Amino acid sequence: MSEWTLFEVFVRSKHGLNHKHVGSVHAADAAMAIENARELYTRRSEGVSLWVVPSALITASSPDEKDPLFDPSDDKVYRHASFYELPAEVGHM
Amino acid sequence: MNNDLIQYLLRLGDSALIQGQRLCEWCGHAPALEEELALMNVGLDLVGQARNWLEYAAELINDGRDADHLAFRRDERSYRNLLLVEQPNGDFAVTMTKQFLYDAWHFQVLHGLSQSSDERIAGIAAKGLKEVTYHLRRSSEWIERLGDGTEESHQRMLAAIPQVWRFTVELVNSDEVEQRLHQAGIIGNPAEVAVAWQSKVADIFASATLPVPAPASHFYLSGRQGLHSEHLGLLLAEMQYLPRAYPDATW
Amino acid sequence: MYAQLVETGVKRVKTLDEMSAQERDFQEKIDAEIKIEAKNWMPDAYRQTLIRQISQHAHSEIVGMLPEGNWVTRAPTLKRKLQLMAKIQDEAGHGLYLYSAMETLGADRDEEIAKLHSGRAKYSSIFNYPTLSWADMGAVGWLVDGAAIVNQVVLQRTSYGPYARAMVRICKEESFHQRQGYEILLTMMRHGTQAQKDMVQDAINRLWWPSLMMFGPSDEHSPNSAQSMAWKIKRQGNDELRQRFVDQTIPQLELLGCTAPDPDLKWNAERGHYDFGEIQWEEFYEVLKGNGPCNQERVATRRKAIEDGAWVRAAAVAHARKKQNKHAA
Repeated sequence: MSEWTLFEVFVRSKHGLNHKHVGSVHAADAAMAIENARELYTRRSEGVSLWVVPSALITASSPDEKDPLFDPSDDKVYRHASFYELPAEVGHM
Repeated sequence: MNNDLIQYLLRLGDSALIQGQRLCEWCGHAPALEEELALMNVGLDLVGQARNWLEYAAELINDGRDADHLAFRRDERSYRNLLLVEQPNGDFAVTMTKQFLYDAWHFQVLHGLSQSSDERIAGIAAKGLKEVTYHLRRSSEWIERLGDGTEESHQRMLAAIPQVWRFTVELVNSDEVEQRLHQAGIIGNPAEVAVAWQSKVADIFASATLPVPAPASHFYLSGRQGLHSEHLGLLLAEMQYLPRAYPDATW
Repeated sequence: MYAQLVETGVKRVKTLDEMSAQERDFQEKIDAEIKIEAKNWMPDAYRQTLIRQISQHAHSEIVGMLPEGNWVTRAPTLKRKLQLMAKIQDEAGHGLYLYSAMETLGADRDEEIAKLHSGRAKYSSIFNYPTLSWADMGAVGWLVDGAAIVNQVVLQRTSYGPYARAMVRICKEESFHQRQGYEILLTMMRHGTQAQKDMVQDAINRLWWPSLMMFGPSDEHSPNSAQSMAWKIKRQGNDELRQRFVDQTIPQLELLGCTAPDPDLKWNAERGHYDFGEIQWEEFYEVLKGNGPCNQERVATRRKAIEDGAWVRAAAVAHARKKQNKHAA
């Protein structure tokens, strides 16, 4: 067992963008995890903000459930704007 | 005034360089992989700052020597770094104690310099201050972790502090050079630096459950006058080996 | 390469017909270039092979700091010192990216590192050679990182998603390493003294063959290649990559005004490639077994660092716990 906790790291690369998962670090606590993530994942000015989360606290969807979870949305075309055809006179909507 | 300024720039540059060199010695030996990156990062910042200060010093000296020449061809009697930073790394407790005591001082010094009437100094200091703010945060946290960690780490901190404490006399006492530079608006008030340093050390040591020793008193050595401990000569012998062994070489 | 002779534990590659439904499903994904992700089902041998390969790769990055650490305190100018520090820092970082990818497979970093320290895990043979002059910092960057890049560029397309993404990151960052190394040598050759030029040629003489060995034994002597290729953990053969490295390196060598310590090296117009001499494989296997010039020191140094740091890491954990308790109270 590793002595330090495994944290997942999320970086916001620019203001206005979402945080994106980039990898993990080991740290004794969250403050150290932020610093270790800063050294590891933003050495070349890759970020303006960091999140760290203990890996054990993340719940992931199982790939076995991929079909029941994600396939049903494939045929719900009416959720997309392009599904609705309007006359050109309406202009941009 | 130019001479004062040169002396002071050498103090800043030499201290950053020697502290950076000591951090290089940790390469491959750090207590955790994450710490390899972190120690090297701090070292990188400091050597970069040293280069800025020494370049400025070289321009003012104006005798054909450049920053590299100042770094790699001066003997220990000409080096002006703080005695604190030339001390051997010891264990991680000694290393972090040195780092923290230096960072806490460095932060205050750069804070003052960032408001210097000399624009070049203000610019270098403002950039350095951002880096050192982070250094200080990191080393403060380590002092707290080690001081208030396990019984062993606490004992190691208690052993580490007296090893380097006597060299802190230079962090709280100024000389005439600094007084004059302060009068001229080039550097911050050394007395304020000393008070702020003492208060930061007291704060962090308190939360680390470590006693603050009595203020260090003056003794024979003085980095400002090039009166160093024996450790600096050996450090320089290693650091300066190539330019000294191959004086005509281009690297 | 940074991972040499990685065991797959598989004697013969199964055909699709011989596979279970799950295995076939997995192999078809691989064949369709669909990346495997951490939570996907994968054959145990695939998982174990990846853990071995990625950890070997990571160990190599970490041990690889040591030959350069040998010179970082003696870098000859402030600029060179800064460059070398940044490069070493990247290597530690790359080790961590890779361990991070490895941990997505359920492996434990500390356990894998313990295997390195007890001699049960391998790392690249190249880092068991000593760095004996400043020119070695140039030659390591140019030849060793150069050889690594040839391999890693291909690994960006490896079948395991987290590994591939770590490689993308590493390749992006590493582009400066090889240039930095080559520039060190070029400066010494173009502006240096005779003593410096001799240093450069000496470094190339010592590191040339070990760099070619980095790609591992010839594919015909690489029992695990076929399975690794079928799983697309490995994307190209050792010989092919080695040839690519030689072909791209010789013009750079000539530009330096240096020579390779290989009398058989010559352009083969018919093949459109450089021919080169036979590699001393006995040396390679000896180094891999632990009998290289620096194996003992490298492993001992890493083990000592982690052992000496045990109290520091323990203190950090204890402090974190105290703070948490205080917070809860």
